[in-house]
Amino acid sequence: MSVLVYTENWDGKFKKLSYELVSYASAIAGMLNTTVSVLSIGDVDAAELESLGRYGASRILSVKNENLKSLDSQAYAAVIGDIAIKTDASVIILSNNNTGKAVAPRLSVKLKAGVGAGVSGLPSSLDPFTVYKRVYSGNAYANVVINTGIKILTLAQNSFEIVETGNKAEVEDFPYDLNQDLVKTLVRDVQKQTGKLLLTDAEIVVSGGRGMKSADNWAPLVELADLLGGATACSRPVSDEGWRPHEEHTGQTGKIIAPDLYIAVGISGATQHIAGVSASKCIVAINNDKDAPVFDVAKYGIVGDAMKVLPGLIEAVKNAKKD
Amino acid sequence: MKILVCISNVPDTTTRVKFTDDNKLDTTGIQWVINPWDELSLTRALELKDANPGVIESVTVAHVGPVSSEPTIRKALAIGADTAIRVNAEMHDAYFVAAQLAEVVKADNFDLIMCGIESSDFNGSTVGGMMAEFLQYPSVSAVSGINIENGDLSITREIDGGKELLSVPLPLVAIVQKGIAREPRIAAMRGIMMARSKPIKLVEPVEEEALTEIASYEMPAKKEACRFIDSDKPGELVDILQNVEKVI
Repeated sequence: MSVLVYTENWDGKFKKLSYELVSYASAIAGMLNTTVSVLSIGDVDAAELESLGRYGASRILSVKNENLKSLDSQAYAAVIGDIAIKTDASVIILSNNNTGKAVAPRLSVKLKAGVGAGVSGLPSSLDPFTVYKRVYSGNAYANVVINTGIKILTLAQNSFEIVETGNKAEVEDFPYDLNQDLVKTLVRDVQKQTGKLLLTDAEIVVSGGRGMKSADNWAPLVELADLLGGATACSRPVSDEGWRPHEEHTGQTGKIIAPDLYIAVGISGATQHIAGVSASKCIVAINNDKDAPVFDVAKYGIVGDAMKVLPGLIEAVKNAKKD
Repeated sequence: MKILVCISNVPDTTTRVKFTDDNKLDTTGIQWVINPWDELSLTRALELKDANPGVIESVTVAHVGPVSSEPTIRKALAIGADTAIRVNAEMHDAYFVAAQLAEVVKADNFDLIMCGIESSDFNGSTVGGMMAEFLQYPSVSAVSGINIENGDLSITREIDGGKELLSVPLPLVAIVQKGIAREPRIAAMRGIMMARSKPIKLVEPVEEEALTEIASYEMPAKKEACRFIDSDKPGELVDILQNVEKVI
């Protein structure tokens, strides 16, 4: 019995979310009195792999295979499934990011293992194995019981604190005999923006809505985000109008994010938008209308004209940085 | 090419959800709609059919649910789906639903199966991938575009910081997200009239377990009231965020 974590890599590097997964797995392993193995698929160097040990991994399995360079859900599920069996995993942890969403369900059927999808905390009970997750787009929570011997959990990003345990772990290069017939996804072209902070990785997000009135008014939002080291986002009408790129749309059918700080400027707070940001640790709203629904979910608010409030806020941040 | 669009029946997003004492959704007053992601999925399927009449033979919707779901299935037909299939069963869990839908696919040999990446009720993101594994078909998730070029399917997948253009052989399960269609298609009067005579084929479920169950629901903790800060004292907000919330 062990806990297996699958973490992807980004150009050979891990991210904060990788360490969140290992810390989470480590805590569960503690509850089950067992150990954590981590599986990495891809070209990751030894030093990077070893870093996983610091968060509680005792075995680090590295599978390198040319045919697995890009995600083929069926092939990845086969690899992770086989490793899960080899490591006698009773709990398998993946992220609830796009890769986890693609692979976890396939793994579930392959291993006949129930899934707790998008969980944000440790199991509340081991027997029955019960996990807590948001449902109805954050309007409620459910206690889900997983009734199978093997359980698969996908962890919501930024919902579990990283804990360094100071372990040292052995990195094992794991030769894997891949059935190439499983790899059916052919990548013909890739368009990627490197170097830019991803919205889903940002701990601080500054977001604008229709209340900003025009694409021309965005400079102060961008400046505030830059000063705070955060990313910019927007509501759906803003991306529909073409004021901001589609990638910035946060909301029910856009990106669902959970940053430490979400600053909503000129956003009224429609249910579909809030569904995308309600898991944020702290929501601040700036809006002209004191009755805007966004103030029902915000922890802090300023009632005022965004174009008048933002310059003052930018100055205040600059002053705070000087201290 | 025959397209199957899987749809689920969910409470409208603005619903204030409530639960009964025996841990079930209180359905009084709920407006039921097609899951928003599935609606976009269906829209794209119909756009593809309209633009490629020789290539796409039909668009069928499939749903696992009781007879009370039929009004939502009719909406899908009114929007433009050619036929509908309802598996007569409660949605015990994603694994159970996926097993039923896999049987529907096998029975009629669909080429492209489209599923929304998430449903707004359980936010599980699992049915599509599970179906694909039951069927041993390839699947692609986070699909933000499906196009037909020279009779072949071209899939756009969102990746961190960008997108990939993919070719994947049929039969294929495409798990679609935002971007797949700009706006959900609306049922026109004519569509609504025609939907009345389109068939909803009834299928009995195959035997399959559920692997998970919801033991209970909880409402989120009551939010503290918003603390307002004077618009000419932004420094106060910055101080709080830095020293109290410690988020900057």
